[in-house]
Amino acid sequence: MAIELKMPALSPTMEEGTLARWLVKEGDTVSAGDVLAEIETDKATMEFESIDEGTVGKILVPEGSEGVKVGTVIAVLAAEGEDVASAAAPAPAAAETPAEEQKSSESEAPKGKAPSGTEKLAATAKPVSDPDVPPGTNMVRLTVREALRDAMAEEMRRDERVFVMGEEVAEYQGAYKVTQGLLEEFGPKRVIDTPITEYGFAGIGTGAAMGGLRPIVEFMTFNFAMQAIDHIVNSAAKTNYMSGGQMRCPVVFRGPNGAASRVAAQHSQNFGPWYASVPGLIVIAPYDASDAKGLLKAAIRSEDPVVFLENELVYGRSFEVAQLDDHVLPIGKARIVREGSDVTIVSYSIGVGLALEAAETLAGEGIDAEVVDLRTLRPLDRETILASLAKTNRLVIAEEGWPTCSIASEVMAICMEDGFDHLDAPVLRVCNEDVPLPYAANLEHLALIDAGRIAEAARKVCYRN
Amino acid sequence: MARAARSNAAKTKRNSSEDAAASSGNFELRSLQERFEKNRRYKAEPELLLHLYEQMLLIRRFEEKAGQLYGLGLIGGFCHLYIGQEAVAVGLQSALQEGKDSVITGYRDHGHMLAYGIDPKIIMAELTGRQAGISKGKGGSMHMFSTEHAFYGGHGIVGAQVPLGAGLAFAHKYRDDGGICLAYFGDGAANQGQVYETFNMASLWNLPIVFAIENNQYAMGTSVKRSSAEIEFYRRGTAFRIPGMDVNGMDVLEVRQAAEVAFAHVREGNGPVLMELNTYRYRGHSMSDPAKYRTREEVQNVREHSDPIEGAKADLLKLGVDEEKLKDIDKRIKAQVAEAADFAETSPEPSPDELYTDVLVGSY
Repeated sequence: MAIELKMPALSPTMEEGTLARWLVKEGDTVSAGDVLAEIETDKATMEFESIDEGTVGKILVPEGSEGVKVGTVIAVLAAEGEDVASAAAPAPAAAETPAEEQKSSESEAPKGKAPSGTEKLAATAKPVSDPDVPPGTNMVRLTVREALRDAMAEEMRRDERVFVMGEEVAEYQGAYKVTQGLLEEFGPKRVIDTPITEYGFAGIGTGAAMGGLRPIVEFMTFNFAMQAIDHIVNSAAKTNYMSGGQMRCPVVFRGPNGAASRVAAQHSQNFGPWYASVPGLIVIAPYDASDAKGLLKAAIRSEDPVVFLENELVYGRSFEVAQLDDHVLPIGKARIVREGSDVTIVSYSIGVGLALEAAETLAGEGIDAEVVDLRTLRPLDRETILASLAKTNRLVIAEEGWPTCSIASEVMAICMEDGFDHLDAPVLRVCNEDVPLPYAANLEHLALIDAGRIAEAARKVCYRN
Repeated sequence: MARAARSNAAKTKRNSSEDAAASSGNFELRSLQERFEKNRRYKAEPELLLHLYEQMLLIRRFEEKAGQLYGLGLIGGFCHLYIGQEAVAVGLQSALQEGKDSVITGYRDHGHMLAYGIDPKIIMAELTGRQAGISKGKGGSMHMFSTEHAFYGGHGIVGAQVPLGAGLAFAHKYRDDGGICLAYFGDGAANQGQVYETFNMASLWNLPIVFAIENNQYAMGTSVKRSSAEIEFYRRGTAFRIPGMDVNGMDVLEVRQAAEVAFAHVREGNGPVLMELNTYRYRGHSMSDPAKYRTREEVQNVREHSDPIEGAKADLLKLGVDEEKLKDIDKRIKAQVAEAADFAETSPEPSPDELYTDVLVGSY
């Protein structure tokens, strides 16, 4: 059987090229690795090597030919013991088929608005809400810090595969004391101090999850996770998809996020929108202790990689938490933390406290505000946002973070796309100023959102200013 | 997992206290190399060598076919061929314990999968982006996995597989399952910062991992001399007290012998080993490599004098294996690869619904 030598594709984008020079002539014997010709692509001149051994039969495309399409038969190679003359020229058209096949199948791909996989999954999932707390359940006051610690401890008792690693999580008891007492109960095998090498230990945690464990990777703050973001995005989030569903990566990356107090620009940033833009990640950013506990437990049990964003300024705040054997809350579900009928204020994390404060002020002015805590940033609970908008017809988003390409922008897009008919006023966003966070107390104060600005935006959409 | 847990059998024999061991400077970077140099080549029965030969030949023919299919436009994007480096994956993986150990590598991954006995049909079908591919056509050349074979990829970011591999080793140790992780990376990846973060933690925590640097002399088009201050890569673990081994990666029996020494050391709980496998890639970095950074003579010289498959063939003939038998193997492999290519060309593309599957595992 004669071997057809076809014009090779020598780069991902090459469609045609110039056959610059033949380095063999008809009748030459060649072996694997011999250079047959030089071909000019759009990028470079490349040598075209023989893969087989044999004798060069007919050369069908002379040197100097430009615009030779990939797949065109350029020469024929007669195999060992074969008559060179019988290696006749085949129909070159046959080579065109694969490329065309690919084009036609491309055109079958769905067009128009393509929902993300997560949205689609969320849409097909049955609606869930927080489980009812049985009447008479004892309520205890816990700080967010304690609630997070309790969540980790309970899950570590429940599942041997769960462990915590990070900087100062063990002997120091946590840089922010979130892992306090865990070393004592679970020992150094499961509560692991790491060197200050975020990229490395985020990768090790991710690999351990791929290997079947349930790591909780603590970042001292998410500012330092930027050194590790490659593993969060490229290794943890994408591998399940790239492996056709074979590779699970049930890891939780957690730690404080957003502005703390007077630590300036490099230590004060909200990464919620960054991670929430990545398909394959779950992103949770709770406000109160009950949500922190219930959602962290759910995150640890999730089969998917979770980015769990806490807030340093909220760690010490106390909230009521139901004393249940197993307090687990649904991921992907917002919560109405204050019911109202005049205007909706959507927020998450520390912004929820400010939104509630604004709602109190507004109540004194006769404006009845509803406050929605998103709790999960990906997948975003569109239904709850839109249902609240349908009820109040006015919406403000309060976000402790930059305005550009933010969760606020995303919520505005949702309202435009699917809630337009319900809007009685343009949606407004209340975000931090679009500057790196300054150190000086007065400037920092000016840069961050506060309850006053949220109330002002609410008045504006109610046309009450 | 704190420092107190760190133990090194060799050291504790000589020192009563760990602190004394750490400060006495008796760390033996070359201890494994010395053991290896006493006997550099594995004494393989003809049957085993035949098996290794067949595996290397399968990789060679498979990769040549992949190169052809790329030329025909049936394989897209990046496609990094393993031609020339076959002895490394075949020699190392032949010494692993199946069902116990794990493997992870970078984007030049076809050969490692074939050396693990994964069906060439589903690998080739992944290269052509078909539903029957090992990643349902969603990963492509650089992103292939087989959890069934404890092959954890197939990673496209240079160096990322190193900490991920340490994570797999961490899981072996955590579960105390007796397994080790073999993490491959190239001379290019060996300059990434995360590699050294991982060396530090792997050594500190005594993780059961073998770091295998496949030094094919070029990081894309940059030769090791132009990119690396220390080109003896086996020394790169010294600062982390990781013993190194300098291995001829063009000789499958030498690779196998080195693996025996390294794997035993790691399996006995002595912490990581760093192996440098000196090898050579015949083809370009990827398919679109114009190869202007080296001479044809250099490539031909390696092909003619150090080819791992020709070397194994000569050994087999010396052992008295019939040449006809080798021809039969050659024919069988050609047929197997042709079948894989046919399968990969004729299998259907993924259904449009697959666009949305496997983004998340759970429903939220």
